Amino acid sequence: MQPWPWWASGLLLGSIVPLLYLLGGKWFGISSSLQQIGAICTPNIRLPYLRDYDRKGGMWLLFFVSGVMLGGFLANTWLTPAPVEFLPAHYHSLTGAWKLLAGGFLVGFGARYAGGCTSGHAVTGISNLNPPSMVATACFFIGGLFVTWCTDWLVF
Amino acid sequence: MVHGLAGILMTEKKTSALSYFNILQLGILLGVIFVKTEVARWERIHDMFMFREPRMYLIIGTAILVAGVSMRALKALGVKSLDGKTISYDPKPFHKGVVLGGLCFGAGWALTGACPGPIYVQMGAGEGMAIFTFLGAVLGMYAYAALKPRLPD
Repeated sequence: MQPWPWWASGLLLGSIVPLLYLLGGKWFGISSSLQQIGAICTPNIRLPYLRDYDRKGGMWLLFFVSGVMLGGFLANTWLTPAPVEFLPAHYHSLTGAWKLLAGGFLVGFGARYAGGCTSGHAVTGISNLNPPSMVATACFFIGGLFVTWCTDWLVF
Repeated sequence: MVHGLAGILMTEKKTSALSYFNILQLGILLGVIFVKTEVARWERIHDMFMFREPRMYLIIGTAILVAGVSMRALKALGVKSLDGKTISYDPKPFHKGVVLGGLCFGAGWALTGACPGPIYVQMGAGEGMAIFTFLGAVLGMYAYAALKPRLPD
């Protein structure tokens, strides 16, 4: 089955921003959930980045990403005629696992170092006309294009 | 500078139980959207970076436009959140991490075909391999926490 058309997809994705602010009082952003998870899972850690994190203030992130997981389950179980193939076949291998682990590391490290990801910087930041978010998003694409075009023999 | 977020959250009003419930529901909605739009598929992200189809660029562009116009309109109308918060955005600051971290993030995005939202979607949807992406992301976050004092700021 065809995915939803781009205009409907963009419209729905974009409307999460006002909905989340109106109904939850939060700006759309997902990668800080990683910091919240770290702060919760290692409560006695000495690293200031996690030690000083406001766990109560970040609690909403756990509700949000739990919902995202649940939504993924619901949609893939009942709202699609056949389960979606999220990853290509060659990723279902030992090499694939290493690629995902290494890539995931770059996603987690990079998002926290940059102070946001595609949601917090690209959607929320740019829609608020925040110049650093435009720089971050440009760098997301430079990094992604470099890996895709220059190291394809190694990674794909 | 990354402490900015913690600072904002600490000065923020308490999040009500109703808000938590709404946030959970909006998360579910977002998860469904990520699946039905295929934004959470590796192939779509790869095709975006390969310039094979304009789809992802159009989706991201539309999302930014919708978010920007609607928030601007709500702000102009003086609308407040359910918890009584006025609409104000605390801009994410510029620092070297925006560039260096951004480049790393992009490389990881191309490799895994997933940014943080889709990682959760894939795990929820039963894509077992996404556990590796998630583990990697958590490790990356810990690496940042450990290296932060020594990284260019």
